[in-house]
Amino acid sequence: MKNAMPEAGGFFQRERNWHPPAFAPGYKSTVVRSPRRALISFPQTLSEITGPVFGHQMLGELDNDLTLNHARPGESAIGPRIIVYGKVLDENARPVPGVLVEFWQANAGGRYRHKKDGYLAPLDPNFGGCGRTITDAEGNYFFRTIQPGAYPWPNGINDWRPAHIHFSLFGHGFVQRLITQMYFEGDPMIWQCPIVNTIPDKRAVETLIATLDMQAAVPMDARAYKFDIVLRGRRATLFENKLEGN
Amino acid sequence: MMQQLRRLKETASQTAGPYVHIGLTPNLCEISGVYPEDLGARMVNEKTRGERITVKMRIFDGAGAVIKDALIEIWQADSDGLYNTPAETRGTADPNFTGWGRQASDMETGVFTFETIRPGRVPFPDGRLQAPHLTLWIVARGINLGLHTRMYFSDEETANAQDPVLSRLEHQDRAATLIAPREGDTYHFDIHLQGEKETVFFDV
Repeated sequence: MKNAMPEAGGFFQRERNWHPPAFAPGYKSTVVRSPRRALISFPQTLSEITGPVFGHQMLGELDNDLTLNHARPGESAIGPRIIVYGKVLDENARPVPGVLVEFWQANAGGRYRHKKDGYLAPLDPNFGGCGRTITDAEGNYFFRTIQPGAYPWPNGINDWRPAHIHFSLFGHGFVQRLITQMYFEGDPMIWQCPIVNTIPDKRAVETLIATLDMQAAVPMDARAYKFDIVLRGRRATLFENKLEGN
Repeated sequence: MMQQLRRLKETASQTAGPYVHIGLTPNLCEISGVYPEDLGARMVNEKTRGERITVKMRIFDGAGAVIKDALIEIWQADSDGLYNTPAETRGTADPNFTGWGRQASDMETGVFTFETIRPGRVPFPDGRLQAPHLTLWIVARGINLGLHTRMYFSDEETANAQDPVLSRLEHQDRAATLIAPREGDTYHFDIHLQGEKETVFFDV
């Protein structure tokens, strides 16, 4: 395997015109929370290239089952039962194994279990809304949950978020850290959402929409949605001189 | 027609939203019984080597208001300048120090509190030593893509003056926005997202 590409290089530069800009006034909260000075670049050091690594042993048995992990014994959350699965890849299209994936969401009625959420839709006593897992050797992850509902939010006078699940991902380096949101195929609310519309390129939005996958459904139990996630790729050091201290 | 590079595009970021705590600090927001404790809440134990410090941070928006719904993660070297990760090739980091911390602010005061240790120095790619620093990642409602910055220490004046990152800032007066003043054993780091005192953020 002398042609194997070593994996010690820095990460590809982020394509910041693919991501949403900091200042996106259609999403009003960004107006006072966006830096106005230019971001400063410098060559990645060990502080950026390395990051925390989590072992599978930290996971509890129900960490990736939101239908049960906050439910009373013998009960489960109310709502359409689904499985969400996919692969975590990098920009070189290689699987990223052993990375922590965390997710959180509202219940079937669009209500979050959070004291700041005053929406009148009720809490589900059997639903907490958080879960986590670690990708396997091939970069795969999956979890069970209920499909979240849409909910209104104070932005425009009549703005509603599409049904979505928040995702937080670690890679192998701290600058791969990513938080995003997964949307559901066919939801007409997606294209009306000011948060979705902070993303300038429609193709970038499409990569956030999970596909219904009936072949992965569990008959008489749960339908499935496939959601692949791409983290920053890293340069191989093959063509670089090994720099001292890096 | 040319050959294709066949690279994928990074998944686009979205805001963490106001309820980020549900997913990342569930015990803090009273979702108990799912995880034994919030991940990243404890960085040190009684055996951790190095000088114990407390870091208190606040984040201000462009109107000067303290933000109370953000979340900060820090990543730092141990007291010898080693990172606790399998990718660390220069030695073995202190096994009693995680190097990684995650805190939400106090929902009333907006203060983030990290109990950690003073990090050692880590080399820049050209071999020069960087000044001791914490690497920060900030997410919140209204932040579309996590913000990267660093915190340096006010009582490391000599090291800060030689630091390869601080010294490359075109506007040198902005370096002060990355340096946390010390009071007793506590460093106070105020982060300004926007405006006159805007903190330096990085594209790394």
